[in-house]
Formats: sequence, structure tokens, C-alpha cells
Amino acid sequence: MAYEVNGQSVAADEEGYIINLAEWSEPLAKVIAQSESLELTSNHWEVINFLREYYSEFQIAPAIRVLTKAIGKKLGPDKGNNKYLYDLFPYGPAKQACKIAGLPKPTGCI
Amino acid sequence: MSDITAPTLGEYVDTPKPRAGVMKDLQTFKASPEHQQALGFPGTLVDDWQNKAIQRLGELLDTQRGLRVYLDSCVKCGSCTDKCHYFLGTGDANNMPAARQDLLRGVYRRYFTLPGKLFPKLVGATDLTREVLDSWYTYFHQCSQCRRCSVFCPYGIDTAEISMAAREVMDTIGVGQKYCNEIIGKVHKIGNNLGLPEPALRNTLEGLEEDVKDSTGVDVRFPVDVEGAEVLLITPSADFFAEPHIDGLIGYAKVFHQAGISWTLSSHASEAANFAMFIGSHEQMRKVAMRIREAALALKVKRIVVGECGHAWRVAYSFWNTLIGPFDFLDPRYPQPQHICEVTDDLISRGALKIDPSANDERVVTFHDSCNVARATRMGGRPGGQMEVPRSVIRSVCNNFVEMSRETTGDQTFCCGGGGGLLTDDLLDLRVKGALPRMQALNTVVKEQKVTHMAAICAICKSQFTKVLPYYGLNREMIISVHQLVGDAIVLGAKE
Repeated sequence: MAYEVNGQSVAADEEGYIINLAEWSEPLAKVIAQSESLELTSNHWEVINFLREYYSEFQIAPAIRVLTKAIGKKLGPDKGNNKYLYDLFPYGPAKQACKIAGLPKPTGCI
Repeated sequence: MSDITAPTLGEYVDTPKPRAGVMKDLQTFKASPEHQQALGFPGTLVDDWQNKAIQRLGELLDTQRGLRVYLDSCVKCGSCTDKCHYFLGTGDANNMPAARQDLLRGVYRRYFTLPGKLFPKLVGATDLTREVLDSWYTYFHQCSQCRRCSVFCPYGIDTAEISMAAREVMDTIGVGQKYCNEIIGKVHKIGNNLGLPEPALRNTLEGLEEDVKDSTGVDVRFPVDVEGAEVLLITPSADFFAEPHIDGLIGYAKVFHQAGISWTLSSHASEAANFAMFIGSHEQMRKVAMRIREAALALKVKRIVVGECGHAWRVAYSFWNTLIGPFDFLDPRYPQPQHICEVTDDLISRGALKIDPSANDERVVTFHDSCNVARATRMGGRPGGQMEVPRSVIRSVCNNFVEMSRETTGDQTFCCGGGGGLLTDDLLDLRVKGALPRMQALNTVVKEQKVTHMAAICAICKSQFTKVLPYYGLNREMIISVHQLVGDAIVLGAKE
């Protein structure tokens, strides 16, 4: 499959994760989110930006615990929990947020 | 994917009327040429694939005598039909275990038995056509290799072995599954299913040390690559990443800490799971497991302990010795390998840990037996120990324990619905439907005995339930690691 953004086509795998991570852009994130029936708010962007920062350092998405802790530190303890992340990304914070952030799909028993 | 709906929970699970082909369109994604080749399999369907498939099936029949017996002995008695969670959840006729076996059995008869060669139509023998290959791909990826049907089969036919053989034949001709094969490739390259590199592993574990310090005031360590440690812990990489798994990992660390056992993880062998079992490849299984032997030797440990992972315990308990043994370099006074539940149960029974079970008083806990542990392993060196030891641990750390109905526990346990290499989003519809019998039994104890949590000792089970519980109107946070219960009840710092 592919996403259309600003007249450009961005290739993605059969599950909607983009193939070439360098092709990610903020407008693309909005397009991916739309295809997941999500409208991105500033709360979503906090998560997306953290994922991308972590990925650029470690070449993998953070553990959910690492993510909740980081969000809790930034936005307050009432937001540093799984429920908050599932409210933002109902299909599951690991996979859905990674897809929108342009990161590879986390694999394994997760 | 939002249009997936769960079957309704009633008082009991009705046996559905078999219907042909209702799940035929649900095919898991195929492995890319890149994923295939990383494992030494052909990238795409090979020329002359029929002959090559028959040849590979013949080799398997020669080397695995059980397989031939299983393919020869079904008498269509019907005992297995209503025992499969995927049949109960989907009603697809090919998800009845005997019908699933027949997809391979028909081809076996055609090419390997005299009546099948001479009078195929009279004996249900079928040519290996593209359509048959397609049905293999579909329905051998709708079997979680849980082996519940084999418990009820009067001949003990093991559908899992048939399903593994079929997947191996398909890999050999270039038709593999994306989920399993991509993951096995990551283990070869990076050392775990997640593809978690060492710096990220260390960063995650440092974070956990901080968390435990914050919540308990105690310095509990999560060591990596410590040469000379007594125990090498081999645990599923989901324990480093996912919820509720990570609280189980914290529990193991607290046990080792409080018992004063020096331990280490390995960045080289940072995975207990061995998906090569799911694809029936002994060669891949050995290669994946070999990292563990290498790590144990390099780190000069005396014991290998396996964390909460269902099929990994099967591979470790039943296959490691032949795959990567002998373990004569380890301490013979301990079982090698040993399950973390055995370690904890032994420590508790000897009074080596101070436990405050009231820490779990807010919880009413039940236990989900994982299929590979229940039907393919032991713990405590005795038959049935694999059921008793985890329960003994739970009862020691938790005052409120409730069993689900007998025909859904112990060696009759139902698969979570996501085992055997099926824990992938593209099979979510099957996973939701296949969870029906377990959800039914759980819902009953939730309603009648106010159960709040279901504990498990398998990373796949934990992830699967986290995903499917909401489809049945249950809270995703009900599923919990056994060692989270342990970790919450251990009194740190105090010695009896």
C-alpha cells in the first residue's frame, strides 16, 4: 500500500508501516492517522515526538513503561499510564503510535 | 479491523454446526523474499514446487516416525471435533482437528501409500494442487499447535506435529509466514524477537532499577552480561517491552535479589522464545537456541533459569538437551534448565523469602494454564508439577485464588487464541474468536466468584489477552504475570 501526501506517494507495507523511514514527515503522520480514524492533537504529538527521539537514539521504539514514564514526567502523573495511552491510540500505543510516528512495527510476543 | 466482533458469552460454549470455508479468506501475511532468505529458505515459490514439497514431506516422514503414525491412524471418531478453540470460535469445518489433519493426510496418502497411488478417490487421497497448497497455508495458520485435541484423541494424534510439518514443507518451497520468519531473522541478527539492541536493553533495565528504587527504596539490580554470575536468566524479550510482562521481570529480579542469588541477563541471548518450533524447523530451532549455550559458556554461569514463556519452556525442557546440550558445564545440583516458578516455589517453601500475601488482598486471582507448559513439559521433576508449581507460587503470595472450570484447566486448558505463531494483527479476527472458550470460563468466575485478575506464565498469552479481553467486555488489565503477584508480595530487605 501507499500514502498520498502533498502529491507524493509514500510506500508502506501491507499493514501500513512506511518502508523508508526517511520519508516520514508531519503531514504524512496526519495522513496515516486519518487512515486509522484518528485526529492528532497536541497530546498525540507529545507521544509521537518522544517515540521518534527515542528511536533516533536506540533504533527501536521504547518499552511501554519507558514511554509512560516519559509522558508522566512531561505532562503529569495522571497521564503517565497505560489507560491514557490507550485513550490516545486505541489500537494499542506500541503499534499504532509507531505506525503514525513512521517507525517500524515492534515484533515479537507483544 | 474495527469490524471484528467477538462471539457472545453465554452459560456455556455451544458446539457450532460445521460450515465450509467461513474462515477461508483469512490468510496471514506471507514472508517477503528478504525474510525467507535470511533463514535460508527460498524467497518465493520455487519451480517444480510440487515435487519439492513431496520430497520434503518424504524426508520428514522418514525422520519423524510419529508423523507417519499420526497420518496413518485417524479413524474419524469425532472425539477431537469440539475440542479446538478455533473450531468452537469460528465453526469453520476445516478447523475441526481431524479435518485440518486431512489437508495434509490426503496428500500423504496420494504419494506415500499404495492404495492412494492406485485408487486415490476411494481413500481420500488428493493431488498436491495450488488449491491444496493454499488451503494448507490458510488452515495450518489457523492452528496454534496447542495440542488440546491430542489429549482427547484415542490414538494420541498430535495435530501440532502435523501443522509444524506442513509449515516446514511450505517454507522449503518458498511459502513462509511473515510474522514468524521476520522474527526468527531478528533473533539471528540481534538476539531477540523484538530486535532490541543492547543499548536499548540496558537503558530499559536502568529505568526499571530506578522504578523499583522509587517504589521500594531498595536497590534491586537488573544485571546484563555479568561474567561469573550464578544464574543466567533467559526470558522472552516481551518482558523488556510489554505490559503486563515487565512487572513479571521486576518480580524475578526481586526474587533473585532477596534470595541473594547473583544473576545476569545476556545481550547475546536476550530471548527465551524460539519461534522455529512453530515453523517446524529443527535446524532453525537449534540455531536460535545455540545463542543460549554460547552465552552460558561465555558468562561462566552455573545455572540457566527460564522466565515466563510458554513455548520457550517446552523448547527448554524438552529439546534443549538434544539441541544445545549436554549441560555438563552447569551445576548438577540444580535442574538444568530450571523454570523461574520452580526457583521461586523452592525458595518460598524453604522460607528463604519473606512474603506478605496481604499485599495482593485487593485481587481475586485465577490461573490460565499455558498450553505448551501444561501439555508438553514438567516442573518440579514430577508429572503434573507444571500445573502444581505455578499454583503453589500463587497460593503462597496471594490469599484469594480461584480455579476456572476443570475442563478448561490443567492438561485440558484452552489456548489463549494467539499461540503457535498466530499472535499477529492480520489474524486478529481468528484470535478474538479463538479466545472464546477461555473468555467463557473466565467470565464465569468473574461473575460468580468476583475474580479480578487472571495470572499467566506465557508472554504470548499475556499479549493475546491484553488485546482480546476488551472484545468480550472485560478489562484488559485483568491479565497479570505470576511474578508480578510475587514481586508485589515480597518483603524486600527483611530476612526471616
